[in-house]
Amino acid sequence: MDITVLLIAAGVMCLLGAVLGVVIGVFVRLFKVAGNPLADLALELLSGANCGGCGYAGCADFARALAAGRAQPSGCPVSSVEQIAAISKALGVDAGAVERRYAVVACRSEIGEVRHMNYNGVQDCAAANLVAGGPQDCRYGCLGLGTCARRCPFGAIEIIGQVAVVHRELCVGCGKCAVACPRGVIRMVPADAKYHVYCNSPEKGVLKRQFCKAGCIGCRKCERVNPGMFRIDGFLSRVDYASEPLPDAETIDRIGCPVGCLMTPETRLEAARVKVEGKRDDQ
Amino acid sequence: MKYLELTVGAVLVYNFVLSRFLGICPFLGVSKRLDTALGMGGAVTVVMALASCITSLIANFLLRFSWGGKVIDLGFLRVLMFILVIAALVQLLEIMLQKLSPVLYRALGIYLPLITTNCAVLGAATINAESARGVLDSTIFGAFSGIGFALALVLFSSLREKLELAAPPKAFEGTPLALVTAGILAMAFAGFSGLC
Repeated sequence: MDITVLLIAAGVMCLLGAVLGVVIGVFVRLFKVAGNPLADLALELLSGANCGGCGYAGCADFARALAAGRAQPSGCPVSSVEQIAAISKALGVDAGAVERRYAVVACRSEIGEVRHMNYNGVQDCAAANLVAGGPQDCRYGCLGLGTCARRCPFGAIEIIGQVAVVHRELCVGCGKCAVACPRGVIRMVPADAKYHVYCNSPEKGVLKRQFCKAGCIGCRKCERVNPGMFRIDGFLSRVDYASEPLPDAETIDRIGCPVGCLMTPETRLEAARVKVEGKRDDQ
Repeated sequence: MKYLELTVGAVLVYNFVLSRFLGICPFLGVSKRLDTALGMGGAVTVVMALASCITSLIANFLLRFSWGGKVIDLGFLRVLMFILVIAALVQLLEIMLQKLSPVLYRALGIYLPLITTNCAVLGAATINAESARGVLDSTIFGAFSGIGFALALVLFSSLREKLELAAPPKAFEGTPLALVTAGILAMAFAGFSGLC
């Protein structure tokens, strides 16, 4: 092809683009829609993460709902208490009750140790879960393919040794990961709860022990020592987050969970790191 | 005879959705309610007529011209230019709708910018260029193709509104039933073949 043809082609495209750009620019001016100033103000004060944790389609939609009085500033799970106070002050509306939450991946297992098949398909938890109930023997645990980590707009979930772990300080509690997880391993818990049961399988302890040494065996020790603080569901203990007071370090010491399921997000992260480091040393 | 093909042919015989199977995405996506289907049909008709007019101008005068005694053939830019023009037109339509009819703007939602990638619009422009039609013929064809698209959408959405009240087997609820309905509708339109 002749080089002049190419130059002419480039020139014609540029010309066409420029003409269309000018026409669009003129139209934007001609048909300018006056936005709601309150909504604009609210949008400016919001974080702009567009995580959808408020239930609206992004920050702009939430700002419109705020301006119309259909939502309360506390509906934004991302903004800090100060930011919410600033928004409610700027808009002159009631902030609403702030209920902070964060995500907990209730599983300590690692796939790779015991599996009933090798999964080579699409590297996504939802896809892996569809194939014969997932690759590992536990049908309730974390698949470790990182669908939640990819969905998190804040980078708060890390896959350590093929299991997802939440970074407590980065998590804002938008709940996107909990929706994304095909197995419901991720729970949204109140921000003032420190200790959680890191297991998601309600199966019998004996059955679980065959392939997972990290699962809750349902021994009911926690419930016996502190009645009311825990709920046993099948063979799985759960912290009753509605209870007062919530378990603290002292009660956890007194319980002395035989499998070590009761952890804080910080110790869980530490343990996952240690486990992976140990493995590396073995090799 | 030529105009019969450009008008009745475009609406009934070579209907974009039901005979050529172009523009299926909005056909299935915006056909749940009659009023949004009407709005979408109208928007696509306007975009198709305008896009056909402008793309035929481009095809006739910009893609092949003589310059300094040489004939420059820019046929390889056709799809690129057509898409550029269609995208700009949709943008203009969106800006205008936002001001003139916010209700329709909200009802169409995401499907309005998606007209850009509606293959029926690019299809009309490409068919015009392939059969080397003039500007007037192209515009007529584009407008009537859009009307054909709107007709298919309106018929289909009326059917779907009725089907909402039916109690089909569980496996057929929603999209499967819609697809079967679309197939039967397309078969009905096959009856028009040979009309012109």
